[in-house]
Amino acid sequence: MNTLEILLWVVLPYVSLAVFVVGHYWRYRYDKFGWTTRSSQLYESRLLRWGSPLFHFGILFALAGHVLGLGIPASWTEAVGISEHAYHVVAVATGALAGFGTIVGLGILLYRRRTVGPVFSATTRNDKLMYLVLTATILFGLSNTVLGNIIGQASDYRETVSPWFRSIFYFQPKPELMDEAGLGYQLHALSAFLLFAIWPFTRLVHVFSAPLGYFTRPYIVYRSRDVRLGSRASARGWDKEKVSRR
Amino acid sequence: MRVMAQMGMVMNLDKCIGCHTCSVTCKQAWTNRTGVEYVWFNNVETRPGQGYPRTYEDQEKWKGGWELGRNGRLKLRTGSRLKRLMTIFSNPVQPSINEYYEPWTYDYETLTNAPLQEHTPVAQPRSLLSDKPMKVEWSANWDDNLGGAPELLENDPVLKKISAEVKEKFEQTYMFYLPRICEHCINPSCAASCPSGAIYKRAEDGIVLVDQDRCRGWRMCVTGCPYKKIYFNHRTGKAEKCTFCYPRVEVGIPTVCSETCVGRLRYIGIVLYDADRVLEAAATPDPQDLYEAQRSLVLDPNDPEVIAAARRDGISEDWIEAAQRSPIYALIHTYGVALPLHPEYRTMPMVWYIPPLSPVVDALTETGHDGEAAGNLFGAIESLRIPVEYLAELFTAGDTQRVDGVLRRLAAMRSYMRDLNLGREADESIATAVGMTGQGIEDMHRLLAVAKYDERYVIPTAHSEQGPGQEELDTGCSLDYDDGPGMGGWGPFGESSGGVTPIAVENFHMLAGRQRSDTAAAPATKEQRVNLLNWDGKGAPEGLFPPRDDLTAGPDGPDDGGVGPDSPAVVEPKP
Repeated sequence: MNTLEILLWVVLPYVSLAVFVVGHYWRYRYDKFGWTTRSSQLYESRLLRWGSPLFHFGILFALAGHVLGLGIPASWTEAVGISEHAYHVVAVATGALAGFGTIVGLGILLYRRRTVGPVFSATTRNDKLMYLVLTATILFGLSNTVLGNIIGQASDYRETVSPWFRSIFYFQPKPELMDEAGLGYQLHALSAFLLFAIWPFTRLVHVFSAPLGYFTRPYIVYRSRDVRLGSRASARGWDKEKVSRR
Repeated sequence: MRVMAQMGMVMNLDKCIGCHTCSVTCKQAWTNRTGVEYVWFNNVETRPGQGYPRTYEDQEKWKGGWELGRNGRLKLRTGSRLKRLMTIFSNPVQPSINEYYEPWTYDYETLTNAPLQEHTPVAQPRSLLSDKPMKVEWSANWDDNLGGAPELLENDPVLKKISAEVKEKFEQTYMFYLPRICEHCINPSCAASCPSGAIYKRAEDGIVLVDQDRCRGWRMCVTGCPYKKIYFNHRTGKAEKCTFCYPRVEVGIPTVCSETCVGRLRYIGIVLYDADRVLEAAATPDPQDLYEAQRSLVLDPNDPEVIAAARRDGISEDWIEAAQRSPIYALIHTYGVALPLHPEYRTMPMVWYIPPLSPVVDALTETGHDGEAAGNLFGAIESLRIPVEYLAELFTAGDTQRVDGVLRRLAAMRSYMRDLNLGREADESIATAVGMTGQGIEDMHRLLAVAKYDERYVIPTAHSEQGPGQEELDTGCSLDYDDGPGMGGWGPFGESSGGVTPIAVENFHMLAGRQRSDTAAAPATKEQRVNLLNWDGKGAPEGLFPPRDDLTAGPDGPDDGGVGPDSPAVVEPKP
């Protein structure tokens, strides 16, 4: 275990996860106004109609795949009777499908971003950096699935990457495991942690606004006039809340 | 019965001259920023015309508002909640910027930078979105005054609904202006469409607002609003809309668009409505009954039962009184001349319109008849099917009888008042022909034609000034709220130092008084303010007594001490 290994597979993950968590807290606390999808549909919708759903649904499926692949130990799936081979066939097939959807969608979105004038004008440097890291992560990931499993010999990430990833979360990191993973997986992991580190400061924060509460709330929301903005905190001796506000 | 108060507006279209002053002042106040260049919270459309954004009234295409499901219950035209979330990555029916217009500026710099040349340099239009030279082909009121008719008129969704022979003669017959703001609906479909729950209706006054901190830019509200009065700020990525100038309304002054309206055609007031019956009324099966259904939601503020219920539901006395004096209630109920815009969208809009009679009078006068004689006018309204059908599509979901009735009332008012103005005998039969009394017509005339400021705007102030707010009068600092920059009272250089004091209901009038006082540092009431904290207990603290009149001992002169009534410091206050 040399210094570089520790830096790459212990320090970097912890630093980037810390930045990820604290950064989101900070961003939410101080920049709710900037917390948005920054949709560009107003400018252009012909390309967006295909690119955006392909990318988003693709990456949601890929995310689900990652949760299964990284989160569930191989021993568990074997215990319920799913053979290693069956698991991989399913994982590769759905993973490749989701991955291609993602990459095609991303391609359309990037093409749109570059060629449609208003969309390009609305692209910040922050966005460009984010696109670079995101695209790299997706490309490395997809190449692992395609090259590693379909063309070349399979490097079994469930014996290397997954246990390493889980080891981070129970605070007994095992960087030596990543040594055995292929270069593709290493690059994928590195760019992913880089992405996590910049995540809270980019437009990607909108991932955490998935509006699931919409299913349960009533259609019309009523609210009282904001008591805080512009008005003063209740002074001692005045029971503000009991005063009729109408 | 659950009584709620709702701020509403009525616009008297007869008086609108299409000057766009409301639009311009509104834009200056609210949307003169990057990201909302194309946005007009208030816009004035020429009707017939396509409107802004283009053909927004075509709900088959744009899917705004509510419709009745097969089970007779309300559902959004865009479908179920799940369907909306599934289309969140790309909204299938969001108007593109071209439906509004691509905002532009001019390359003014060329005018000063251009080298010496034979021809005068020209400032080219440049897109504010892409910064590229562009061809200006459309704007918010491109078809103003029927510009571009008849080609552009073909796409007017309202005109498409009415019969062909009517369409043919339309252009020569009829034109009017339709100023539009957000309707602040009682049953807002924008709020229902918002996945984040950022759009809310204020419980106090029914104003519909977007919480900019909670909006995540999902854009479903843009589609959900059938009036297309929610706009996407392409710079901040958030939805914005007309705020009914709530900071103004809260302190009792009218919205910017109303205040600056040259024609004085806008009326603002509150109505009380029964919140329990909203869904039932909005789900009325026949669209033509929706007008009556919404009218019945509005409660009679003079009914003792309603007053009791309003008190029970926490509506304060001055709001009840404002509801009783409300011009909105009078125009909707007492005179019955105001109609809602597109009730068939089932959102229960609260900006209503008095349909224009003037074009009928003009058409009649052109035929050589006396355009203001009651008999002639009544006949003309009946025979001029064209405007009535069009107005009915706008205001009553196609029920021409209602529009007929309103126009007849307006016609009766003209004839009746003309007799009075010419010193002739009042003809009570004109009033009874439209189900009114002579006195009723005179009252209506006062409200519509004389239109005094105080009668047009009956706006009760918001109620934070109760309780803690009154401390403001003595010592309070409006910066002393949580996380506020102040927290410690005024800065070292007195009350005119430091940052800007946020204007709020609590301190609006105080700040206004301070701005109008002679000097910023010494408001007129300063002499009456006493700071006992600085008083060491000897002599009279500065400011406890008015300054002395006689100059032998100025305020800084020798003080004989003592604070009693016979102290030399005590003099009669100046008148």
